Amino acid sequence: MSLPTLLNTHHALADTSAQRDALGALDLACDFGEALARAGRAPLRAADISVLQINVGKRCNQTCRHCHVDAGPDRTEVMPADVIEACLRFLAASDIPTLDITGGAPELHPSFRAIVRRARAMGRHVMDRCNLTITRLPAYSDLPEFFADHQIEIVASLPSFAARQTDAQRGAGVFDDSIAALRRLNELGYGVDGSGLLLNLVTNPVGAFLPASQASLEADWKRELNRKHGIVFNRLYTITNMPISRFLQYLIDSGNLESYMDKLVASFNPSTVDGLMCRSTLSVGWDGRLYDCDFNQMIDLGTTHSASQTIFDATPAALASRTIAIGRHCFGCTAGAGSSCGGAIA
Amino acid sequence: MDTYYHAHDLAKFGDMGKDAPELWKKFLEWYTAVFQEGALTEREKALIALAVAHAVQCPYCIDAYTTASLEKGSTPEQMTEAVHVAAAIRGGASLVHGVQMRNHVDKLSM
Repeated sequence: MSLPTLLNTHHALADTSAQRDALGALDLACDFGEALARAGRAPLRAADISVLQINVGKRCNQTCRHCHVDAGPDRTEVMPADVIEACLRFLAASDIPTLDITGGAPELHPSFRAIVRRARAMGRHVMDRCNLTITRLPAYSDLPEFFADHQIEIVASLPSFAARQTDAQRGAGVFDDSIAALRRLNELGYGVDGSGLLLNLVTNPVGAFLPASQASLEADWKRELNRKHGIVFNRLYTITNMPISRFLQYLIDSGNLESYMDKLVASFNPSTVDGLMCRSTLSVGWDGRLYDCDFNQMIDLGTTHSASQTIFDATPAALASRTIAIGRHCFGCTAGAGSSCGGAIA
Repeated sequence: MDTYYHAHDLAKFGDMGKDAPELWKKFLEWYTAVFQEGALTEREKALIALAVAHAVQCPYCIDAYTTASLEKGSTPEQMTEAVHVAAAIRGGASLVHGVQMRNHVDKLSM
């Protein structure tokens, strides 16, 4: 059974300013800008854009407890056609090698397949951030073949190789459906050495703690998923839960907010700064607004005013070396080994 | 409610260096080295620490190594099994002393 989203329960945190206020009210050892300055890395500036990440909407067939998007079946935001066209025009006019499609469940967007086909026709690498269970819905059961036909890299969420932890975060029955989806992807060659079909898994901690070492965890996961379920995959990405949206709600409700933020601040690792995804990603919201990353997008922290503000007026020149917009949530990406859409950084 | 142990006191552990800094420094260096990856992984060492924490019933250690075990990638199932190992050794240690009891019974009895 799906849980309702913050928006549709009229929760105070559905207002992104309430999220920023909740973080701002904490008595932290320092702010993110101060931490960067102490490390000699302020202000944080963008490097070349290597990933255009488009968030095509907030509709999802799941309502995960940690979701930073507050996505769910009851969300209606969907990227309109003119924004899609502007994204594809920007991509075509650039030499950005990768289109990263996210959501919600991006495959629910009616133009998902058209976007993929056009990006692939431009010769760009396409990544789909897939929740796996979408491929188990009858109307979407041919997605795995579509993925394979278009050589899409699948970045699939699976918090744990244990059913109880996965279902605790993502909903009852999600683990079994995810395993079935992974088996189908494996049958098509995904995750199989030499196939060229990339299947990478993403794990977020199921609670208020930092992720384990990506390298050691990947070895455990490969062993356990293969031993218990005969599943293979390429890489495991560990991602720190960001203290925003529904994970922020969880932190507040469970009394863990202060200690979690203290831990993120205390674990600030300057060596993660070079690899922060905000420096090499341009994130486009469903309505065409621009952000430095998907997390900034979800708390309405747009690109700084000197840079392009929407995909309609975006130019590589106006985005080059832009100052990255930062907030206290950014400590989530610099804690410990760091965190990005591609997993650990340091 | 007042209690003898307070979770926030764990952060004061470093105060033990205030009046014996050299001893504290030596302890910390050794402690840090013990938990680094060696023949055992950091995850395995955290699980051992978690089990020992239960055997010695240190609430600070239980909190610290519950977090550490999760952050090293252990699952609640693995952690629960580790605590069972500690409990089994504690229970077994009591029971095996029954041999002492039986030896003494034999000595005193006809």
